[in-house]
Amino acid sequence: MVCAGTGCVANQSMKIKEAFEKELEKRKLQDEVSVVTTGCNGFCGVGPIMVIQPDGIFYQLLKVSDIPLLVEEHLIKGRPVKKLMYVPNENEPPIPKMSDIDFFKKQMLIALRNRGLIDPEKIEEYIAREGYSALAKALTEMKPDDVIQEIKKSGLRGRGGGGFPTGIKWETMKKVPGEKRYVICNADEGDPGAFMDRSIIESDPHAVIEGMLIGAYSMGSSDGYVYIRNEYPIALQRLKKAIEQAREYGLLGENIFGTDFKFDIKIARGAGAFVCGESTALMASIEGKPGEPRAKYIHTVEKGLNDCPTCLNNVETWANVPRIILKGADWFTGIGTGDVTQNPWGGSKGTKVFSLTGKVVNTGLVEVPMGITLKEIIFDIGGGIKDGKKLKTVQTGGPSGGFIPESMLDLPVDYDELTKVGSMMGSGGMIVADEENCVVDMAKYFLTFTQEESCGKCIPCREGTKRMLDILENITIGNGTEEDLDLLEELANMVVESSLCALGGSAPNPVLTSLKYYRDEYLVHVRDKKCPAHACRQLNVYTIDEEICATLGHGCDMCKKSCPDYAIMGEPKKAHYIDQLKCHKCGACYDACNFKAIKIE
Amino acid sequence: MAKITIADLEKIREESRRTLVLREGAGRAKVTVHMGTCGIAAGARDIMSAVLKEIEDRNLTDVIVTNSGCAGLCSKEPMITVEIVNYPAPVKYIEMTPGRIKKVFESHIINGQIVKEYALAIGSETTH
Repeated sequence: MVCAGTGCVANQSMKIKEAFEKELEKRKLQDEVSVVTTGCNGFCGVGPIMVIQPDGIFYQLLKVSDIPLLVEEHLIKGRPVKKLMYVPNENEPPIPKMSDIDFFKKQMLIALRNRGLIDPEKIEEYIAREGYSALAKALTEMKPDDVIQEIKKSGLRGRGGGGFPTGIKWETMKKVPGEKRYVICNADEGDPGAFMDRSIIESDPHAVIEGMLIGAYSMGSSDGYVYIRNEYPIALQRLKKAIEQAREYGLLGENIFGTDFKFDIKIARGAGAFVCGESTALMASIEGKPGEPRAKYIHTVEKGLNDCPTCLNNVETWANVPRIILKGADWFTGIGTGDVTQNPWGGSKGTKVFSLTGKVVNTGLVEVPMGITLKEIIFDIGGGIKDGKKLKTVQTGGPSGGFIPESMLDLPVDYDELTKVGSMMGSGGMIVADEENCVVDMAKYFLTFTQEESCGKCIPCREGTKRMLDILENITIGNGTEEDLDLLEELANMVVESSLCALGGSAPNPVLTSLKYYRDEYLVHVRDKKCPAHACRQLNVYTIDEEICATLGHGCDMCKKSCPDYAIMGEPKKAHYIDQLKCHKCGACYDACNFKAIKIE
Repeated sequence: MAKITIADLEKIREESRRTLVLREGAGRAKVTVHMGTCGIAAGARDIMSAVLKEIEDRNLTDVIVTNSGCAGLCSKEPMITVEIVNYPAPVKYIEMTPGRIKKVFESHIINGQIVKEYALAIGSETTH
């Protein structure tokens, strides 16, 4: 529809129409597209105007020369031409709809469905958003076994990282005899940079409680624990309040909803040991013993807490349960990858929450459907890399996960794909690194963490990770050799194979994946004794560009004042220089210089 | 409080929906301060105080203040959500400061004009 009001005609809209018709004929589209002239559109200030239907795209300030492009892009390829579209005043950008903002557009909320919407300290607001309806449905319409079958059918897998099918765990637990049986919620989220579970409890504690109630009903348990780390004061406080409110309402306690079902939850506070996120160590910790894992030749569903059958699931897993019961397994299997009808290991269903951190523009908590690509998470939701730098690597799964190189960004995110490339889903940490990060340095960081957190019970983890760390440290200060890389790899594989629990079994993952995908970077460290990203400071040589220092900075002395080693010489207003013998390579001068005169080699 | 039955659940739901979705009588505007750990670390407690102070200073009786968890976009905290009755959708404001709160009250809550500079988006996330 071409506007043929006086204003637009005066702006040559008839010529636009002619050009448009000619272009259509040239491309043999004249029968499919009709050109209509209309009366004044009213927006004369941006004429000549054209509206293309049925999309209703509004083009403005058209010129005859724009027409071929418009026809080709919009009518043939179906891509509206942005630069010709109407833009409201640039100084006053329109407020986008929440669902149109990239950060939110690709997210799908199940576990976090109430985030930012309800007051977590008011049970009534949770109930208003269909809260506890799933429990009512389970208690009145479903037998315990129906609940287990529904969860099994949904293909829900453990969100704490292992990805074990929840339904199978519940089914196994159900079959084990025993009067006393426990369900536990694992809220001992210890990965650096991960805060999914914390945020779920902080924004929607009742979802976790309801999930546990449904699980307890299906497995015949009446005792529950939430093992939560004491470093999460707000989550802890909100959870306590939520449990009290649920008790007041009779949703915890005896005769829930007038049935025979009884269940109550106790809170066990963790002291922040990473290993206590491991199931057997966690249970030992609740029992009051040192948080050390045991070999799991007998599963915890048979003999767990106090040697009774125990089902442990992660916060996010529990939070998914009410939605599955309420909306049905078929709804849940409609989201995600693979096929779980025959085999619960056959795919990854539903959504996963990730803490997106590191060098991305929009850091935060994102819940995305399984099967979304890393690229979509980082570039569409995350808004790309900060300061226009280049992406180097993505680290998923926390300190037990691995590095994924840029070339694999099209990888769909699900349990099996991530494991295939040597990383893991983990609990959902996602750390993005740019070109200024060194993978050797990052691997060292993660290994330092797991090494410190190793409980020391088994030798491979206690001594193996220590030796691996020694080697990495040597490499980052320039004492590494090429043979070290082979030794490192051998040690890493040994630790993986012979450790008692998953902490040791996965601790070498960052080292193994970085060796696999970034061996060249290791080689530069050991051969040339250089760090390409300049992150390993001991390998850097700092010098001052005398010309920049003298002409731009006029010998401003900032570097000299910042140097703790008195290694910088030079008089004010003249070029400065660094005495390499005194320099300890702290990098303070580099940060202090306002003229970028300090160079790193 | 006595134990609730499934029928009570429906009753509570109806009652609470009234405060969740603004209706006549309940209030004219609702301000939600997002107070997850990230929000509080970024200063959400000060924002909460600033909101309460604005209400007190202006003697507003029809503004509901509530808190909620993290909205997900932790890098833009502290955030608030402002809902006004008869407005199509709630508005999320990012990177709040006590000074900006003043502006939001003056312009949006009292005069109905969205403060575009601080607004992130309108509407809510679709939930399942």
